[in-house]
Amino acid sequence: MSEHEHRLSELQPGESGQVVRVEGIEEQRRRLMDLGLIPGTIVAAEMDSPMGDPTAYRIRGALIALRKDQAGLIVIEPEKLHKDNGGN
Amino acid sequence: MSEEAVNPQKIIADAKALREEVGDFHDGFVESVYTQAAHIADEVVARPGEQHHFDFDRSLDRVLTSRTWGFPVMILLLGIVLWLTISGANIPSGWLATLLLDWVYNGLHSIMAALSAPLWLSGFLVDGVYLALAWVVSVMLPPMAIFFPLFTLLEDFGYLPRIAFNLDRAFAKAGAHGKQALTMTMGFGCNAAGVVATRVIDSPRERLIAIITNNFSLCNGRWPTQILIATIFIGALVPVTWSATASMLAVLFVAVLGVFVTFAASWGLSRTLLKGETSTFSLELPPYRPPRILQTLYTSVIDRTLIVLWRAAVMAAPAGAIIWLLGNVHIGGVSLAAHLVGFLNPLGWFIGLNGVILVAYIVAIPANEIVIPTVLMLTMMLGGAAGAQAGVMVDAGTHETASVLVGIGGWTLLTGINLMLFSLLHNPCSTTIMTIYQETKSLKWTIVAVALPLVLGFVTTATIAWVARALGLA
Amino acid sequence: MGRTTENIHELPAACRSCPVPQLTQLGIKAGKWDYIVALAGNPNTGKSTVFNALTGLRQHTGNWPGKTVTRAEGLFRYDEKTFRLVDLPGTYSLLATSEDEEIARDFILFGQPDVTVVVVDATRLERNLNLVFQVMEITDRVVVCLNLMDEAERHGLDVNHRALARELGVPVVPTSARSNEGIADLVQAIEEVASGERSPRPNRIAIDDAKLGQAVGRLVEQLAAAFPGLPSARWVALRLLDGDTRITKAVQTGELRDLVNAQRISTLPTLEVARA
Repeated sequence: MSEHEHRLSELQPGESGQVVRVEGIEEQRRRLMDLGLIPGTIVAAEMDSPMGDPTAYRIRGALIALRKDQAGLIVIEPEKLHKDNGGN
Repeated sequence: MSEEAVNPQKIIADAKALREEVGDFHDGFVESVYTQAAHIADEVVARPGEQHHFDFDRSLDRVLTSRTWGFPVMILLLGIVLWLTISGANIPSGWLATLLLDWVYNGLHSIMAALSAPLWLSGFLVDGVYLALAWVVSVMLPPMAIFFPLFTLLEDFGYLPRIAFNLDRAFAKAGAHGKQALTMTMGFGCNAAGVVATRVIDSPRERLIAIITNNFSLCNGRWPTQILIATIFIGALVPVTWSATASMLAVLFVAVLGVFVTFAASWGLSRTLLKGETSTFSLELPPYRPPRILQTLYTSVIDRTLIVLWRAAVMAAPAGAIIWLLGNVHIGGVSLAAHLVGFLNPLGWFIGLNGVILVAYIVAIPANEIVIPTVLMLTMMLGGAAGAQAGVMVDAGTHETASVLVGIGGWTLLTGINLMLFSLLHNPCSTTIMTIYQETKSLKWTIVAVALPLVLGFVTTATIAWVARALGLA
Repeated sequence: MGRTTENIHELPAACRSCPVPQLTQLGIKAGKWDYIVALAGNPNTGKSTVFNALTGLRQHTGNWPGKTVTRAEGLFRYDEKTFRLVDLPGTYSLLATSEDEEIARDFILFGQPDVTVVVVDATRLERNLNLVFQVMEITDRVVVCLNLMDEAERHGLDVNHRALARELGVPVVPTSARSNEGIADLVQAIEEVASGERSPRPNRIAIDDAKLGQAVGRLVEQLAAAFPGLPSARWVALRLLDGDTRITKAVQTGELRDLVNAQRISTLPTLEVARA
């Protein structure tokens, strides 16, 4: 049981995690969930924009760019043990 | 009509009560949907060789969005598109010019003469209306026919969302939406199209910012002016071997300056007239796909051709009529044109331009393309140049244009530079203004969209003019 | 908005409540068509390519009435019948959290198209199915267009469209709209569903939550009694339970009743209705 909650915005390119829950106001939550970010989904950070924000995440096969403020709404359990399956 | 067995109101009441009991089931439902979807996808899709292309996409993305290469590649691509459009358009423009401005033009005059039409009528119709139409088509059509297919190819390929991805932070800091990157890029082809493209931005506030600042994207119609002036004034500053490169760089500089102004103006607007929250932004980056070149060429050329032809007919034709009238209607022995030019000369001088340029810009509100021809016509007419027919727009090569502007018009380097800047920073063309009104349905915002670039233009050119004079450079 | 001309008064009473007036409200001008087809799908699925492949140059773009969202409409003919194709905005779902989704949802529910085609990206099946399921909740008359098959092939994916059709319970037509492959099959499937020759039986998502299931069951009973024959009763119930204001209003004002009493457009004599 980790004391510290991790957020999607913390993932560096190449790292992945599993969605625990989605926070935020209802409308935002629904939009994020429509993109496939529901509890249990594995998400991987793929690349950062040259300016640092947004970051593109691999979500259920699609590459979706989210800004830090939105990625910060998603609580995840980082996958430290397995290295990213589909990449370097 | 059958009578309801159950009262709808009761249903609503029941639903409300049940809602309290059930609570928020949305999450669970979505989860069920996705679980089922994943299960089906597993059953139905076999993926033997996916890795290979997946990796290619990734590597390409790593480069196109990297800290070192992302921006240089974007600017390089912009430069390439600019170069291809301009050099590609040259020859067809020449052909069209010969066709429309020589053969058909002379042909029409012959017909008029054969019909014994009075001079004022043939002047008005052929020298005025027709000439403006012909000019817009020959100058406008070839570049658009190249730019938009190139743009669509990039779009098909999947690169455009990467531009939005790269620039989003800059837009967010300016209080705008990342997708403005796309509308801004579209504006390089045609500002009216860029304004329509803002429909992809949901939030009305951010959409307005994108609309109002779109004019700072240097549209196709202004490129000829930029290149001509750059060639004459900037190219002349350097040794001949470098002059073409220098002019291209100057134009590229103005285009990039426009991008910076877009950000600055968006920032300003979001702090003053259009304050508000930045909306949620999520962007899908589709996989790269090989574009269908021939198909794209065909559809975009057809689309663009129709638009340009429509614009020529509706906008440029009346402008041509007005130009002719300005040159041929005399009040107190002096043409209207001379009156206007004289009236606007002080203001023109104040901002480092002149009355001729200002009159040309007023007349050219319908279409940026006719600025230079109008300038030439006015300069020659008012300068009493031999062979200058009143009210007839002129098609001249670079050398002749240079000698007219400098020799007869008295233009200096300051005039050239300020004209390039003013061309970037002035009111949108009338097609764009109309489109803005249609999209916003607001007179207020349309006025802002017209006034903002104009004010910026005046301030910039005036500042440069006075600084240059203070430093003794002009 | 003007709903009738002299022509309509001469028609049998049932026709007066037909959805054509609703369609006029939604911006469709009645004319000589036999069937209305809605085109839905996620963004980036090649939906516009499918649209172009079906309608060719016989299309025009405008706005959805009262909104600033673009809408494209076009026509195609097949087997001597005319199909009017309406391109809905690309959306990830129909839960109406944005104007786009509202438009798409309203059109499918209130516009009652004869067929709704959902364009799906064969390389992203899993995430595209979200919308397919939602559309299947609202209407039975669904055809899935499994597009970008050429891309799937390029990526080494093998998508079994027959198995997919079995799982979903609706016709699935593989296409590569860019090269016009599969379009003929798509048109045929559309015609079969529109004419009633083929009646899809969508396999809807099972409701796991017992409490929710019970609540839905109760509401569906009442809805069935109040609006007999309503095809999307389960979906309406779910929306009511979610507090959807638009659907609540539709139930209250009896708008749903009009939908149920509507005759199929295809059985009406072609008529010209006064434009709104």
